[in-house]
Amino acid sequence: MSEQYPALLVVVPLLSALVVSIAGWVNKRLCFPIAVAALGVAAWSAVGLLLRVLDKGVIVYKLGGWSPPMGIAYYIDYLNGLVLPVVAIVAFINLIANKKAVEQQFPDKIGPFYTLYLLMVTGLLGIVVTGDAFNLYVLLEIAALTGYGLLAMGEERAPLATLNYLYMGTIGACFYLLGVGYLYIVTGSLNMVDIARLLPPLYQSKAVLAAFIICMVGVWLKMAFFPLHAWLPNAYTYANSAASSLIAPLVTKVMIYVMIRLILTVFTPEFVFTTLALSNAVVWLAVIAIVMGAVLALAERNLKKMLTYIVVAEVGYMVGGAWLGNRDGMTGAILHIVNDALMTLCVFMVVGNIVYKVKGYAFEDLKGLFRKMPFTMGALVIGAMSIIGVPPTCGFFSKWYLIVGAISAGHYGFMAALIFSSMVSVVLFFRVFEICYFEPFADHHGHDNHPGGMDEAPVSMVVPLLIVAVILILVGLYTGDIVNHVIQFAIPETMV
Amino acid sequence: MTDLISMVVAKYNFWIYITLMMIGLYAIIAKNNLVKKIVGMNIFQTAIILFYVSISVKKGATIPILEHGHGPDAHHVVHAADYINPLPHVLMLTAIVVGVATLGVALALAIKVYDNYGTLEEDEILAQIREK
Amino acid sequence: MKIIGLIITFLTGALLFYAADDFPAWSDPASPASTYLSPHFIEKTMEETSVPNIVTAVLADYRGFDTMFETAVIFSAGVVCFFLLRISRREEEEPETRSYRHVLTGVTIQLKEGHKMPPSADFERIDSMWTPPDLIIKTGCRLMIPFVQLFALYVIAHGHHSPGGGFQGGVILGASFILLAISHDPTTAVRRTSEKLIGILCAVGVLIYAGTGALCLLLKLNFLDYSALAGILHVDPITARSHGILIVEIGVGIAVLATMIWIYNNISSAGRYRQGL
Repeated sequence: MSEQYPALLVVVPLLSALVVSIAGWVNKRLCFPIAVAALGVAAWSAVGLLLRVLDKGVIVYKLGGWSPPMGIAYYIDYLNGLVLPVVAIVAFINLIANKKAVEQQFPDKIGPFYTLYLLMVTGLLGIVVTGDAFNLYVLLEIAALTGYGLLAMGEERAPLATLNYLYMGTIGACFYLLGVGYLYIVTGSLNMVDIARLLPPLYQSKAVLAAFIICMVGVWLKMAFFPLHAWLPNAYTYANSAASSLIAPLVTKVMIYVMIRLILTVFTPEFVFTTLALSNAVVWLAVIAIVMGAVLALAERNLKKMLTYIVVAEVGYMVGGAWLGNRDGMTGAILHIVNDALMTLCVFMVVGNIVYKVKGYAFEDLKGLFRKMPFTMGALVIGAMSIIGVPPTCGFFSKWYLIVGAISAGHYGFMAALIFSSMVSVVLFFRVFEICYFEPFADHHGHDNHPGGMDEAPVSMVVPLLIVAVILILVGLYTGDIVNHVIQFAIPETMV
Repeated sequence: MTDLISMVVAKYNFWIYITLMMIGLYAIIAKNNLVKKIVGMNIFQTAIILFYVSISVKKGATIPILEHGHGPDAHHVVHAADYINPLPHVLMLTAIVVGVATLGVALALAIKVYDNYGTLEEDEILAQIREK
Repeated sequence: MKIIGLIITFLTGALLFYAADDFPAWSDPASPASTYLSPHFIEKTMEETSVPNIVTAVLADYRGFDTMFETAVIFSAGVVCFFLLRISRREEEEPETRSYRHVLTGVTIQLKEGHKMPPSADFERIDSMWTPPDLIIKTGCRLMIPFVQLFALYVIAHGHHSPGGGFQGGVILGASFILLAISHDPTTAVRRTSEKLIGILCAVGVLIYAGTGALCLLLKLNFLDYSALAGILHVDPITARSHGILIVEIGVGIAVLATMIWIYNNISSAGRYRQGL
């Protein structure tokens, strides 16, 4: 059975999405248990796959029994072996934590919601595990379409924000498809490893250069890299809390994984950093992304929108780190995929808890929450420390690698941007803590039901949140193991 | 000059489809009405589909369906040069379906926007949002 | 905005034109795309899968995994349209006046808010935009629809030997139901295809596809390796591949049929299933 982990990983959520869809028509109470069981199996296969990769090296799984390049093959090495458990575990924890919120917001559409949730996780897991360029496009579109559906149910501005996201996302996916088409015209193959084998004689060709640029622009559109980020703040803010705490941690990170996969495996680092001379320009774009994300977050009076601008800045960290062109920068970028997924999950789950209890997320609604919801606020403190970059939380270590990489590449602008954004994050979060801690709770009904008492979110929402906060610290403490045993082998030896 | 003309004539399929793609892309970015943007998105995707299909053509070859596959003339040798490349057709079957699905979702979102704001022109919607 | 659009379009177009310079000429039989993978597909399909239609063989067997996800894409589009638009009976606002029409004589009654009408077979509920369907169109379409469906079944079944397959046939089947909805009124079509049945049928179609693949997994081969079905179907592995392709094409046809009807019902009535085009 353990040879079939790659198939189980994607097939079990897909089959259970279909079963949940049927169950939604027949008996609604079955939907949640089936979804939990499916994501549990997926998380277990993902961890099992990582352990097998650590044991045996690269795994190739042939779908339909056809060997590549005739058929489609899954290709699991250290890079996606690391990202797969992150995606599966984040989705699993989020599913359990949001049970009550989903029942509150969509009481009669529980079946379709969990169907879309499971299909989205299938798409994301498939993007990470596949080794075929066109298969990646199809899975990209599954994740995108289900994402649009999940994000559009929310406040009044949600459908328009999602429609704008749809336009930009479809252009991005079509650019990626066009890039794959160009590669197919000049090489004749669709399998990633095969294309990498066929490309080196063609490095000087204009078509390969254009294919790389178009693929990159397409992926940047989908990850909201400056200047193509305009859709992200609105789309994530106005959505319902269960959807935004699934999509915000995962979608941008999976797109960053796709970019790193294109750089490291398909177009090897020799082509990207030596033959092209774009690295400097891209790192400067990343600097602008970080600075702009931080500054725009300062201008917001709304906790959720502030966090989405922080997500934009985090994307800048990872793109800049990957394009620095040296080992430390790439290590920092890959480590930051793991860390940022966990940090963003933590803070968005906090917002979900606040919305469940207080029904709003503007700064005025947050008054006195330290007394009312101490556990949720404790998790927010740990998440904030991680975003700022305080040891021993994981955010510190990935920032450390990025700064070391920036210094050894001589790119002091990037280093300055990283330090600047840490300082701005301190201001951002301490502003929030001040409102939550010192000001008295203004009850909307004019009388105080629980003077000085605790009115925390339900246990099923608080316990997963605390687990994520503890994981943030644990991942930080085990960073050395992760880097030395996994990430080090994910980056080719030719990168210094 | 003859070099330029021969280059244009030899690959005119690519020029036409790239122009079509750019028309679609311009519509998504520059038009004001939400449904016109959706139409532009559809033009963009269709142009990419046609682009791929044009890759599969071979001079003097026929469609990739073997005649007499299961008949009295079965087991005769098949020459690859007699049949066009089937792989782009397969890929584009998938892309067509994806395009239809995206169109459906986009129209559903446009209906929801219309329910909320009463108009489909983007500047009027932004004006309504700013007033609130 | 228009100037930004023009600049972006010109830059992108210039990049794409610049790159197309390096492409092989059109219809060149020696281009890399035509000489690397496709000769294997063209020459070996018959002996490896015994399906003469090479496109169907590549679609449903060699790259069958892609096709499964493509079916999942169209299924998720149906679910998204339902999730976003459908307004359940409980939440639907009652209009100020409800109209009823006596079927035999055509007399219309309007009831003000609050007054109830006992359920009766002689009266049908109509909406404010109801127009009598044209007799010629109604009868003509009623005659055509069975032939359209027959042709669609032919297209699905003959995907192995002529252009066709699950997607094409499924869309034609779905179109026949949409023709019913357009030529009569939407409530007639909705009455014939209950919402629950269509929703379940949609998932069942994709479940047939994924289930066949999972069955191959349970029979100790890789996912979607149809030669594992040779034991169950009592044929040799190559014919088992051909039969496996047929089974998944049927699954695809069912899924596409149901999704097309579902998406049309939700979008054309904006989720209310009462008014419509």
